[in-house]
Amino acid sequence: MSEPVLSVRNLEVEFANRHRTLRAVDGVSLDIEKGEVLGVVGESGAGKSVTGLAVIGLIDPPGRISGGEIRLAGLRIDDLPPEEIRKVRGKRIGMIFQDPLTSLNPLYRIGDQLVETMRTHLNLSEGAARKRAIALLAEVGIPAPDKRIDGYPHQFSGGMRQRVVIALAICAEPELIIADEPTTALDVSVQAQIIALIKRLGRDHGTAVMLVTHDMGVIAETCDRVAVMYSGRIAEIGPVQDVVRNPLHPYAKGLMGAIPTLAGDTHRLVQIPGAMPRLSAIPPGCAFNPRCGFVFDRCRVERPEPKPQGSQIVACHLYDSSVRNSAA
Amino acid sequence: MLAFILRRAIQAIGVMVVVGVVAFSMFRFAGDPVNQMVSIDTSAAERARIRDQLGLNDPVLVQFSRYFVNAAQFKFGTSYQFRQPVADLLAERLPATLELATCATMLAMVFGILLGVHSALRRDSLLAKVFQAISLVGISLPTFLIGILLIYLFAVVLGWLPSFGRGQVVRIGWWTTGLLTLSGLKALIMPSITLGLFQMTLIMRLVQAEMLEVLRTDYIRFARARGLTTRAIHFGHALRNTLVPVITVAGLQFGSVIAFSIITETVFQWPGMGLLFVQAVQNVDIPIMAAYLMMVSLIFVTINLLVDILYTVVDPRLRSTISRPA
Repeated sequence: MSEPVLSVRNLEVEFANRHRTLRAVDGVSLDIEKGEVLGVVGESGAGKSVTGLAVIGLIDPPGRISGGEIRLAGLRIDDLPPEEIRKVRGKRIGMIFQDPLTSLNPLYRIGDQLVETMRTHLNLSEGAARKRAIALLAEVGIPAPDKRIDGYPHQFSGGMRQRVVIALAICAEPELIIADEPTTALDVSVQAQIIALIKRLGRDHGTAVMLVTHDMGVIAETCDRVAVMYSGRIAEIGPVQDVVRNPLHPYAKGLMGAIPTLAGDTHRLVQIPGAMPRLSAIPPGCAFNPRCGFVFDRCRVERPEPKPQGSQIVACHLYDSSVRNSAA
Repeated sequence: MLAFILRRAIQAIGVMVVVGVVAFSMFRFAGDPVNQMVSIDTSAAERARIRDQLGLNDPVLVQFSRYFVNAAQFKFGTSYQFRQPVADLLAERLPATLELATCATMLAMVFGILLGVHSALRRDSLLAKVFQAISLVGISLPTFLIGILLIYLFAVVLGWLPSFGRGQVVRIGWWTTGLLTLSGLKALIMPSITLGLFQMTLIMRLVQAEMLEVLRTDYIRFARARGLTTRAIHFGHALRNTLVPVITVAGLQFGSVIAFSIITETVFQWPGMGLLFVQAVQNVDIPIMAAYLMMVSLIFVTINLLVDILYTVVDPRLRSTISRPA
C-alpha cells in the first residue's frame, strides 16, 4: 500500500493558562488514504475540530501541539516553521469551516478572493487565475459563474457561500480537504447538496477528505471510514458500515443507537446518560467509564489503549480477551 | 446612490437651517446691535434711522429669512470691531485654519493607524508598550499644556522652531499658504502636533481595538487556512475591515479639529478662524461669532456627507442597502 495522504500518530494538543494545562487532544492516531473520506464524529468538545486545526497548523496560542507527529504524504508537517506550513495551507491542505456566512471577507468580491488564493500558491497570471476561478465556481455548482464571480459575499445565500468556500478550499488542488462541520450552519435541504458536492469533488480529484461532524447521518452517507472521538481520544475507528452496523465501543453503540431510522420499529431513541466530562475533570481510567453501561473495575483505573478488533480498532477493556476472561 | 446623496444633502440643509436659527438668535439675545455700532452721543433719531436701515424693525421671520439667504451666499454682514465684511475676514483666516487642521488630521491618521496596527499585531513588544504610554499622555494632558510644553522645549530651550505665527506665506489667488516656504513649514510643525496628538491617540486606540477584533473573525481564520501570506492577511484583509469604523471617527474628528483649533491657535497665535473667534468673543462681535458658528457647522455637515459616501466605497454591503432604501 502506498503512503497515506495524512498520517497522524499519537497527536497531543494542549491549552495552557496560568493555572493549569488542559489536554484537548490526547494520543490521537489516524490515517487517510488518497481519495478516502474519513469521518470524525463525537460530541461537542471531543477534540474533533482541534484535531482538524492541528493538522492544518492553525492551533493558536495558548494552544500548542505538545506531542506526536503529523505527516502529509510522508512529509512531517507539525514541526515546520510558520512560513513553510503557510505554504502547505491552502496549497496541499484545504479547509472548510462551519459558518459560510462569516468565512468570506465581506469587503472583497468572491472572484478577488479566489484569484488571490490561487496566485498565492500557483504561478498564474491574473487572467488565467480568473478563468480558472470561473471554471471552479461552475464546478462547485454556482449558476452563471462568469457573472457571479464579481459578486460580493453578501449577495450569495448561505448554501451558495459554502460552495464558494469549497471552491476556495480546492482552488490549488490540495491533496487533503479538512471540512469542519461544513453543513451545521445550513438548511437541511442544502446540507445534502453540500455533502454530495464534497464527496464528488473528493472522488473526481482523488482528494482525501477529513469530515468533522456530529451528524451520524452525514457520516453514514458520505464516509469510507469513521473515527469516533470521546474526550480527546479515539474510542473506535473502522470502516463506516462496520462501525455503524456493529459498533464495538459502548460509546459508539450509544451514538449509533441515537440515530433515528425511518424503518418500522418505533422504539425510543437510545440516550447516553450524563454528559462528556469537562477537560478539567476527566476521570481516571477510561474517560467514558462514569457513563458506560458495561463498566467494570479495570475501567476506573487503567486507560484502555486502541487495539485491533476485526476490521475496527477500539479502545475498550471489554475487547481485551485476557481481561474479560478474568473479569467473568 | 444619487438618491442617497440627494437625501443626505437635504438632511444637511435641514441641519444648516437649525444652526442658522441659533446663529441668528445670538443677535437678538446678546444685546442691542445698534448700541454696539454707535457711540454714546448718537441721537435717538439717528439710532432709529440706523435701526430702520438695518431692517431691525421688520418681523422676526423676515429678518431671519434675510439673514439666512444672505448667509447662504456667504454674506454674514459687517464686523463691529473691524468694520469689514465678515466674509472677507473669514476668507482671509480660513486657509490658515484649514491648513493647520488638515495637517494635524493627516498626522493623526497616518501615525494613529500605523501605531494602532503595530500595537495590535505586536501587542507584547516594547515599542507597543511605549506607544501605549504615550497615548495615555496624549489622552489625558490638555491641549494647551502640550502646546506650552512644546514651545518651552523647541522654541525657548532649543530654539529650533518659531514659538508663534504662521511664518512666511505665499499668496495663490485668495488662498494664502504656508506650505511653500521653509519658515511656514517650520511654523506648522508644533501647532499640528499639539492639535493632532489627541486625535492620534484616539485613532491609535480605536485601530488597535478594532484590529484585534477583526483578527479574531472567521474570515481571517479562513484566510489563514487558505495559506495567504501574513502580510496579505494583515494589511489586505484585516486593515480594510478595521478602517470602516475608523473612517467615521476620523471624519468627525476632522470637524472637531477645526472647531477646537481655537485653543491651539490661541496658544501659538496662529492667524486662523479660531483666533478670530476668540477675539470676537472678547469684543462681543456677534456677526463674526454667528458666521463662525455657521461655517463650522457647514464643515461638519459636509464632512459627514463625505464620510457617508466614503463608507459605500469601502463597504460593498452598504451599497446595496442604499440602492434599496428600507
